[in-house]
Amino acid sequence: MPVRSSGFARQGWLLAVGSFATLAAGAAQAATPGLSGEKASFPPFDPAHFASNLFWLAVTFAALYWLMSKVALPRLGSILEERAETIGRDLDQATQMQAKAEDMAQAYEKALAEARKNAQGIAQTAREAGAKASDAQRHATEAELAAKMAQAEATIAKTKTKAMGNVRDLGSDIAVAIVAKLTGQAPSASEASAAVDQALTHG
Amino acid sequence: MAAGGGIDPIHQFHIAPIVELKPFGIDLSFTNTSLWMVIVLAVVSAIMIYGSSQRAVVPGRLQSLAEMAYEFVASTMTGVMGKDGLKFFPFVFSLFMFVLASNLLGLLPGSFTVTSQIIVTAALALLVMTIVVVYGVVKHGSHFFGLFVPSGVPGWLLPFMVLIEAVSFLSRPVSLSLRLFGNMLAGHIALKVFGGFVVVLLGSGAALNYAIAPLPLLLAVALTALEVIVGILQAYVFAILTCVYLNDALHPGH
Repeated sequence: MPVRSSGFARQGWLLAVGSFATLAAGAAQAATPGLSGEKASFPPFDPAHFASNLFWLAVTFAALYWLMSKVALPRLGSILEERAETIGRDLDQATQMQAKAEDMAQAYEKALAEARKNAQGIAQTAREAGAKASDAQRHATEAELAAKMAQAEATIAKTKTKAMGNVRDLGSDIAVAIVAKLTGQAPSASEASAAVDQALTHG
Repeated sequence: MAAGGGIDPIHQFHIAPIVELKPFGIDLSFTNTSLWMVIVLAVVSAIMIYGSSQRAVVPGRLQSLAEMAYEFVASTMTGVMGKDGLKFFPFVFSLFMFVLASNLLGLLPGSFTVTSQIIVTAALALLVMTIVVVYGVVKHGSHFFGLFVPSGVPGWLLPFMVLIEAVSFLSRPVSLSLRLFGNMLAGHIALKVFGGFVVVLLGSGAALNYAIAPLPLLLAVALTALEVIVGILQAYVFAILTCVYLNDALHPGH
């Protein structure tokens, strides 16, 4: 330790020599009070009070030591220890809570991503199902319409055939009438119809 | 110095008995010194015991003060002596608080400075040295006296070195006690002298003296601030030197 330097020691010796000289002088003066009256001795060096000072110093310092070592210092030590413990525990707890919160945030993120994926899947399926259903419906309607169209076409054809038949009959009748008017002699129905057929096929 | 004005700077150190006690012909009167020792004890106990009575995790003002004192002394001790020095913690702590409170309370006007009595500082220093020697001898036996034999010194020089080390060791209690005593005594005398100047100047009646009277007053104010620092510093020096000496008893090989 650098404090053990001789500087303190030298200072100490100087002071010691000085103070002991003063002490001796004070004692000498105290011993001969007649010389300079009551202000003879310098009070801190007056040995008359040494016993009392030492006694009360011993009493008060012992009391202080006892109070400090038995009451104050253990209590303060436990307070400081407790505080260090509390702070350490709180920090631990905070770290744990933070980790937990992070875990929860991660779990939430994961759940959210999953839900989003699910929702997308559901939407996709729904869209596909909808498309399929509408396709089927369209097909059905188309088929129905086609059937109706075919039916209508058939009806038209039938009507047309029927009408054509009527037209032929009417034509042969008219032809018979025209021939009868022109020639004055009515051709037979079979001749007329054959002629009409011929005309109809040849255009 | 101020004798003309009837102001005696030494008067503040006078010991006056309050309660006369003379058992077996020994004067153990309860004096003003004793009174201020009891006040020091009361103040330190109030701060340390009442201050810590709440046992609050978040400390109040007084508890903070007590904790600061505790941690300051503890860190000083571990710094000088290491962890095992803490077995002297209550002793060094009591010593530090006693000296600190004495020094600071002594600055109150009308109070008495316990540490301005050389018998008090000498007793405390001798107590420290007694503990050092007794603990050192009990703990390390003759090895403790290796303290006086520095290593790496040529043989012919060794007697002188041992002599010097012994003198240095013996001068420790003297320097320890006189440093504290001298600082307190000189500071209080200086304060009283400058305070006395003010009174003398104002009491003289001359106009010029009235004009220069504030100067020593300013000095007295500045000195009071200085004395506060000196009081704290001397308590710290006393405590840290105690630690250094106790360290020799704990670890004598060096």
